[in-house]
Amino acid sequence: MELKSNIPDGPLEQKWDKHRFDMKLVNPANKRKYKVIVVGSGLAGAAAAASMAELGYEVECFCYQDSPRRAHSIAAQGGINAAKNYRNDGDSIRRLFYDTIKGGDFRAREANVYRLAQVSVNIIDQCVAQGVPFAREYGGLLDNRSFGGAQVSRTFYAKGQTGQQLLIGAYQALERQIGLGKVKMHTRHEMQELIVVDGKARGIVTRDMVTGEIESHMADAVCLGTGGYGNAFYLATYAKGCNGTAIWRAYKKGAAFGNPCYTQIHPTCIPVTGDHQSKLTLMSESLRNDGRVWVPKKAEDCGKKPSEIKEEDRDYYLERKYPSFGNLAPRDISSRAAKQVCDAGLGVGPGGRGVYLDFQDAINRLGASTVAAKYGNLFEMYERITDDNPYKTPMRIYPAVHYTMGGLWVDYNLMSTIPGLFVLGEANFSDHGANRLGASALMQGLADGYFVIPYTIGNYLAGHKPDKMNADQPEAKAAAAAVQDRIGKLLAVNGKSTPTDFHRELGKVMWEHCGMARNEKGLEKALELIPEIKERFWKDVKVGGSGDELNQSLELAGRVADFIELGELMCMDALQRRESCGGHFREEWQEDGEAKRDDENFAHVAAWEYKGEGQKPVRHTEQLSFENVHLATRSYK
Amino acid sequence: MEKHLNLTLQVWRQKNAQDPGGFKNYEAKGISTEMSFLEMLDVVNEGIIKKGEAPITFDHDCREGICGACGMVINGRPHGLRERTTACQLHMRSFNDGDVITLEPWRASAFPVLRDLLVDRSSFDRIIAAGGFISAPTGSAQDANCLPIPKDNADRAMDAAACIGCGACVAACPNASAMLFVGAKVSHLGLLPQGQPERTSRALDMVAQMDAEGFGTCTNHGECEASCPKGISLDNIAMLNRDYLKASLTYRPEVESGGF
Repeated sequence: MELKSNIPDGPLEQKWDKHRFDMKLVNPANKRKYKVIVVGSGLAGAAAAASMAELGYEVECFCYQDSPRRAHSIAAQGGINAAKNYRNDGDSIRRLFYDTIKGGDFRAREANVYRLAQVSVNIIDQCVAQGVPFAREYGGLLDNRSFGGAQVSRTFYAKGQTGQQLLIGAYQALERQIGLGKVKMHTRHEMQELIVVDGKARGIVTRDMVTGEIESHMADAVCLGTGGYGNAFYLATYAKGCNGTAIWRAYKKGAAFGNPCYTQIHPTCIPVTGDHQSKLTLMSESLRNDGRVWVPKKAEDCGKKPSEIKEEDRDYYLERKYPSFGNLAPRDISSRAAKQVCDAGLGVGPGGRGVYLDFQDAINRLGASTVAAKYGNLFEMYERITDDNPYKTPMRIYPAVHYTMGGLWVDYNLMSTIPGLFVLGEANFSDHGANRLGASALMQGLADGYFVIPYTIGNYLAGHKPDKMNADQPEAKAAAAAVQDRIGKLLAVNGKSTPTDFHRELGKVMWEHCGMARNEKGLEKALELIPEIKERFWKDVKVGGSGDELNQSLELAGRVADFIELGELMCMDALQRRESCGGHFREEWQEDGEAKRDDENFAHVAAWEYKGEGQKPVRHTEQLSFENVHLATRSYK
Repeated sequence: MEKHLNLTLQVWRQKNAQDPGGFKNYEAKGISTEMSFLEMLDVVNEGIIKKGEAPITFDHDCREGICGACGMVINGRPHGLRERTTACQLHMRSFNDGDVITLEPWRASAFPVLRDLLVDRSSFDRIIAAGGFISAPTGSAQDANCLPIPKDNADRAMDAAACIGCGACVAACPNASAMLFVGAKVSHLGLLPQGQPERTSRALDMVAQMDAEGFGTCTNHGECEASCPKGISLDNIAMLNRDYLKASLTYRPEVESGGF
């Protein structure tokens, strides 16, 4: 397998401009002859589908939800970065580029990240033109805030619902194209297989989730905007339906999987209450601006009410360990520190997996009404879920999985190692390296959908003759038969444990051994346990109902089967990456408790190639070269 | 404090759109008050699957009250009795040991039941496709700060745009009207300068589609606002009525060429 990044030559600032000129164009009159499939209708998928339809391509879009508006991009709270420099505070495209490269712990491509920073300004313009109601100042101009530790104010936001508003903007653009007949929308359809003909991606096999019908859809190119795979951990801040099936099926058809071990764990989530827990809820990171994080110093105090624990018996561990950043230490650092104190038996709440986030000092200093004005909606949300009042008693928080930086490997054109298969947004291995900065996920999804794929798809299609291929192709028939076969097998097992039982079991293994801190022994243990779970799954899973009806148990079973395999690859990748970088912390590689990168041996992307059932996948590497930034060590002490 | 409840669920079971459907009782035992309502249903469903039967089907996704997927009538109220709360954000501590809980799907002819508590809300998408947008093809935008918008208008637009499209307003309305949903979109876009060029056609086209889908008309019961998990205000219906009336009086059909 050859990994050709196809990064244009020339100076960094001119690469995208030059590339746009060098790329081939499709004649406007010919565009309607090409059909493009888009899977997923979140920020990346909806933006791509709408934009390509506006250009004149025939587009078919698929989502598993009942409406494209429900994609999980909708849950993003904080904001979206753009190098507008509206604050006159020294921001620039270069600064956004640098912050993103550094935030990713120098494990992303310079050229991709620079392009992301360049188009970030166009995204804000586009969204405002669509009617996205960003926060404004009294003069009527757009407001900004600082976010995620950036030293400039470059984050645009719409209350605490930025993702919702951006997605509704993209959704409305998509619905407009649906109304015009330019996009054919297939809701409640789940991609089950990729169809590859003569080495090119030519279609997908879907299951109609209402009727159970297996359908083949053919096209001239396929775009996946299907999101991340954090639900491999079972408990995560993802929506329940988020899954890795689309990218996993593509991987098994030959698309390389980039950096599967890079997952982001967010420090401020509401802790688990019991085995019944089905998902975790994020509390905005902004709370750490005024909240102080602590645990009791003595294990015997952990069961007491927080108000009964004296000031001198509290350990404000972030302030102690990172005096200059304190409670605002970055996500990966804060998450690991919480795990360490809980591992030491000092955690609070059920199961001892929680730390306090205390607003008492802020309330004393600023007054309850000022605190309410800043965080009132978050306090209310917290109380609704936990029945605790954060004005009176500290919040309990614990880290949770909420983003995957890894994903299918793509070149500069967002094309995977399968020609004609493009991957957008969180589904690709992306521009975030080993750690994503706050307010950058929305930026990347929309950059890929609105401003990258509409150009690069043309370059691919210009070299491909539209042939209206139909689903009678042997490859299409074989793919559909494989899907039928798999569903038949899932239903036929008729064992004793539900898909959720296996999902929960997998999640525990992943969280224990491939979570916030990883080590060789643990990963090797996980690599023994996961194949065993897989074997048991196919012998003992119990799926209720049948295949030719709306069957949520069957849907979940298929997703869990893929998560088990994907989880194994994540552990393999984590084992092979013998360094600590960003969200990937290997206990063997640390210095004074901090992550220790190995630039000499690991300044590369790991891209895994599927070699067949029962075969070990092969790890390929794409060397990252840094010509415009200096590889520095991140320190927050 | 965590407690455990024993409950009886009366659940609407309907195999598909053709099936007449009916209620079926389930026992939910040892339910922790820490669970969300949907987690309680998960527990019941695990038991049903282990018996080899099809689980109770319901739409859900983000489980944090923002995607709008979940929605069921709980004891006669869309999303249950707690105000401004989606079903996924309702917690079992709102219930008492021994309670009998009735679960039904949204009832509206424009939301046909597909299975159990899960309905087809694609009529909402078609209303948006008819005019709930601003035509701004990718790439055509000017600088975002070229057009200042008074903060008050932007804030009001944001309040209207907070609609999650769950359909509770329709389920609560005795007429199964979608006026709150349509009004929220007409207000969101109509309050912004970018939304002005299509304001007339938007009101007319969205209302025409709403009627074609079989939603009823508004007779000012106010049940929609009361059951809306996002607190979308009835004022939006007033704005829709104003826009619609104005549009009906001023609308001029497109002419083949020239015009006057």
